[in-house]
Amino acid sequence: MSEAIGWWGVPLAVFGGAVRVSTPFLFVSLGECITERSGRINLGLEGTLVMGAMSGYAVSYTTGSPWLGVIAAGAVGVLMGLAHGLICSLDRVNDIAVGIALMLFGIGLAFYLGKPFIQPAAPQLPSIDFGWWSDIPQVRAALKINALFLVGVALAPFLLWTFKNTRWGLILRTVGENAEAARALGYAIIPTRVIATCVGGFLGGIGGSFLSLYYPGSWNERLSSGQGITAVALVIFARWNPMLCFYASLLFGGAGALGPSLQSVGVTQGYYLFNAAPYVLTLLIMILTCSPKRTLIGAPGELSITR
Amino acid sequence: MMGEEAVTATPRVGLPSASILPGLRALANALVQPVAALIVSLLLFGLFVAFAGVNPLHVYAYMFQGSFGSWFSVQNSVTRASPLILTALCTALPAQLGLMIIGGEGALVMGGLFAALVGVGMNGASPLLVQCTMALVAMVAGGIWIALAGGLRHWRGVNETISSLLLVYIAIAILNHVVEGPFRDPKSLNKPSSPSIGDANLIGNIPGTEIHWGLVFGLIACVIAYVLINRTAFGFSARVAGGNVRAARMVGLPVGRLVLTVCFLGGAAAGLAGMVEVAAVQERANASLIAGYGYTGILVSFLARHNPLAIVPVAILLGGIGASGGLLQRHLDLPDAATVVLQGILFVVILASETYQGRLRLFPERAGE
Repeated sequence: MSEAIGWWGVPLAVFGGAVRVSTPFLFVSLGECITERSGRINLGLEGTLVMGAMSGYAVSYTTGSPWLGVIAAGAVGVLMGLAHGLICSLDRVNDIAVGIALMLFGIGLAFYLGKPFIQPAAPQLPSIDFGWWSDIPQVRAALKINALFLVGVALAPFLLWTFKNTRWGLILRTVGENAEAARALGYAIIPTRVIATCVGGFLGGIGGSFLSLYYPGSWNERLSSGQGITAVALVIFARWNPMLCFYASLLFGGAGALGPSLQSVGVTQGYYLFNAAPYVLTLLIMILTCSPKRTLIGAPGELSITR
Repeated sequence: MMGEEAVTATPRVGLPSASILPGLRALANALVQPVAALIVSLLLFGLFVAFAGVNPLHVYAYMFQGSFGSWFSVQNSVTRASPLILTALCTALPAQLGLMIIGGEGALVMGGLFAALVGVGMNGASPLLVQCTMALVAMVAGGIWIALAGGLRHWRGVNETISSLLLVYIAIAILNHVVEGPFRDPKSLNKPSSPSIGDANLIGNIPGTEIHWGLVFGLIACVIAYVLINRTAFGFSARVAGGNVRAARMVGLPVGRLVLTVCFLGGAAAGLAGMVEVAAVQERANASLIAGYGYTGILVSFLARHNPLAIVPVAILLGGIGASGGLLQRHLDLPDAATVVLQGILFVVILASETYQGRLRLFPERAGE
């Protein structure tokens, strides 16, 4: 069968892969988007992602329910977000540095607590088969779409709407744009930022649970390779717009799926270089879209990295 | 917000003191914060292992025994400290300019890879020549890697923290590509590696010890970095630019050249760490280079407040924490990541303690000093 579609298998596998690989990017970037809109950057989401992957897997294994695992991963993400949010609320504490510290802490803690869960197999998240109409296995494989991805797809426009049209969204944006103005209007700045970081951590943890509960679908110490940090860069590229975060995640997912897709049709040359595609792409996009002369369009005014 | 950034990213510009006593007093005051943070972290770590049902006092005892309890463990700690000293400089030097570089791991990997390439390619030449070339090439490779992040920051406004971390993953992909494909030793079956650089080209140990010469490289690099930052016009310009870029431009300092040079020097230090790993420990380039020294180096730099001389004792301390991991695993059945958890706690606590910076003092400074 695989000869029947030949090289067409590559774009098809890239599409299927984009959907699969993009899901953690999508959740982490939406979470980071909320946090950054409040005027803080949380680089610790890389650690949150790994913690989420570990705790999601552990809970799914012990309870038998992958969805409980997803919720547990979210809850752990909230705790990590809370830690970041509270520590950064102290005077003279730098949010980027705390993010780096929590990244290392989260990864270390996940390896420590996750040691017993490397061997056993936990129940995985279900996927929905949109390719039932086709007999071609590659098409069916590409159209097997995970339920969590669909949640993410719904979440992106919902967040955009929330930012624009709700009281919460307005407070969040005001705090992120100009803390002085928000204070003058009587909004509580620190609680808003702490909550925004917690919500961001929640989504980051869920993104991590996808790694261990669907694709690649197991827990080990090499599970995450910078998806968390790439997603943080992706938010900048997406101009802090949740819908653009969604498109950007798909693009990054496609880049990440390129290596395995080429390998599936027998191109193994440069497999490891193709693995670097998402990082090279991120770097190139940042080079093209950033500018030393002006602040980025759409950047929250209180954000330390855009100054 | 700029003020907040300056607190963690740039050390204070200190004037040389006239007599030794105020100097000692300043040293004691400077030590209060990190020592307090270390004690708080050890207590939190004790609480953490207590939850796992392990007696914290046993943990502390084994940690001391495994790190500084015997001549063997001291040598082990110091050996582990030498790559940390060099990777810490990769964060500490750019920090003088207010840049937060966290890509030391990538520079180390590039340095190690290119050192191995050169070492294998020059096999047969006089060992000293091979070793010098390896060190030089590793420093250039690591230096270019971090200078990339600095250059992107300066000319394109790309955040250097994120770009340097992305460069780590790109460096790892390049390493994997080279040792899996074109440069693979056919004899390395389970762990793809480059061919060996040959026994003759290994840099060996300091006579009478089990500590390799990498430690001396680290010490020399720290002294050079200290003199450069604190005793030269170049270092002064860098610190001025780190304090206030706009003012630096106004007085005509070449900010771009400063950024590139300082980032290059930081990357060169981490690249040298990669060469030492290859020429003193691994004999070849493979995935063992990705051991996390780059990330621990970030913590070392922050604990040392980005002061090149303070990096040495801090790196030995953290080398000791890492060295004690094996003992904790064997005797108390703690996972080997336990020491990483302690490092994480320490990192978070030291940053949180920034909020007390200047308020924790043993000796009050008298007026007029």
